[in-house]
Amino acid sequence: MKVSSQIIIDAVLDTLYMVSISLFFGAILGFILGITLVVTRKGHILENTMIFSIINPIVNTLRSIPFIILLVAIIPFTRLLVGTAIGTTAAIVPLVLHIGPYISRLIENSLLEVDEGIIEAAKAMGASPLQIIQKFLLPEAFPSLILSVTTATIGLIGATAMAGAVGGGGLGDVAITYGYQRFDNVTILVTVVILVVLVQIIQSIGNSLERKLRRVS
Amino acid sequence: MIEFIETTKEFQVGTTVVAALNHINLTIQKGDVFGVIGFSGAGKSTLIRTVNLLEEPTSGRVLVNGKELTTLSKKQLREEKKNIGMIFQHFNLLRSKTVFENVAMPLVLSGIKKSKIEDQVSEVLAFVGLQDKAERYIDELSGGQKQRVGIARALVTKPTILLCDEATSALDPQTTKSILELLKKVNIEYNITILMITHEMEVIRDICNRVAVMENGKVIETGSVLRIFSSPQEETTKNFVQSVVRDEIPQSVYEQLKTIDHSKKIYNLKFIGVDVGQPVVSQVAKKFDVDVNVLFGNITELQGIPFGNLIVELVGVDKEIEKAHQFIRTKDIQIEEVIAHEGELTNHYRRSVRHAVHG
Repeated sequence: MKVSSQIIIDAVLDTLYMVSISLFFGAILGFILGITLVVTRKGHILENTMIFSIINPIVNTLRSIPFIILLVAIIPFTRLLVGTAIGTTAAIVPLVLHIGPYISRLIENSLLEVDEGIIEAAKAMGASPLQIIQKFLLPEAFPSLILSVTTATIGLIGATAMAGAVGGGGLGDVAITYGYQRFDNVTILVTVVILVVLVQIIQSIGNSLERKLRRVS
Repeated sequence: MIEFIETTKEFQVGTTVVAALNHINLTIQKGDVFGVIGFSGAGKSTLIRTVNLLEEPTSGRVLVNGKELTTLSKKQLREEKKNIGMIFQHFNLLRSKTVFENVAMPLVLSGIKKSKIEDQVSEVLAFVGLQDKAERYIDELSGGQKQRVGIARALVTKPTILLCDEATSALDPQTTKSILELLKKVNIEYNITILMITHEMEVIRDICNRVAVMENGKVIETGSVLRIFSSPQEETTKNFVQSVVRDEIPQSVYEQLKTIDHSKKIYNLKFIGVDVGQPVVSQVAKKFDVDVNVLFGNITELQGIPFGNLIVELVGVDKEIEKAHQFIRTKDIQIEEVIAHEGELTNHYRRSVRHAVHG
């Protein structure tokens, strides 16, 4: 291996930094969009065709743009938002825009799985739309939401690998610049193994949390 | 009290408009256990949902304790809904919460103090017999227990009306009985008016005092349960009644009808109330020169009043049989002659003499 272990450690930290920050903002964006997509659809508690038909195509558009294109396409927007278009922090903006809509679809699916009878019972006891979301929809979908966020986190790890394109650093960047471009197979292998371990850990945490919430032993 | 006045609900299905409710006029008095029966698609589910505005009527009015809910503001409506409890076929309980949390939910939504919530929840849980299950999760309960939680949740806001949407349809017969008994207790002890929809006539028989029969979005027949069971008018109503009170002639009896000779006639006797206690059969045998042969009998109970039918064969000369027939009629018993129709395997009888005993 032609790279120092310090470079690997820094790369791991960069990856974790990008993943956690963009997951945080991406989840907020995703929850807002996902909940809105559910409650404004036809026949739901806050049916609103206009809002639904605006958000729905936006989410689809953002999801259909390949991440590497999104990364460079929004450089002016990124600069406007965080003052710079290169570096780890700059990579977070496109990561959020990439993962937010993805999370919103996962959340939408989770919430739609909640039995309609639950909403009917909530309406029958006089719950307001906000109470229905807060006290009925989200708690009932919670275990499934945990799995959604887990899936999104793993998707994010994949996306951060491309962050190197804007100087974002991270494990993917090390694998490409030090490993692939310098024919250092050992470095590639090491970074890949670390990524695999990372994904395994996150998936097991997600699964065990979900099982615990569902009270399955 | 619930009043439906010309209540109509139309749904747009493709390009056609379907009337799920077609000018319904119905009054449910305070203290009633009112049953609405019909096959699926009859509109009964839509009907019950117009009471708490889960469905808004297209035209006509629904008055709950004299108030028309559609005229209320959203906030007033939410307040009014606390007065109308509802239970469901599939319970609709939150799996993510304990029994206690489920029952407490309507109170939590109203922002009631914790200590008060605890008192009220404990009270209703004791009422439905689940005080020891408070900390359990819904998945750990049986179907009957789940419906008890549903009932507790519906009662916790101390409503005056309870809506039951096929509340026992997902339960086995034994559990159904115990849930119906609990509902009866709700009606008597809390003086709560119950409106229930069902497709099972047993449910109507067991706890209702009044019943409406629905078909194609219309109420085709309504009246006291005794009246409906003793003299149903519409074909659908008759079918429902026969699903519980078996007054059809069994196959074995039918075979006998084929070999009928003129010295015997078969009658179907319907008894209501005190008549069951009368030794009519033995009296007939003693008083007239006829032999009485009981072919089939069935007694059921409607609101504590026995209601039964008996298929008997009277053997003797025409004149004596006629006398016996007249005698039975004077006892206020409905009597119909059973006649076999050539070449048909279904059971037929001529609905001849009918004595309306009640209502």
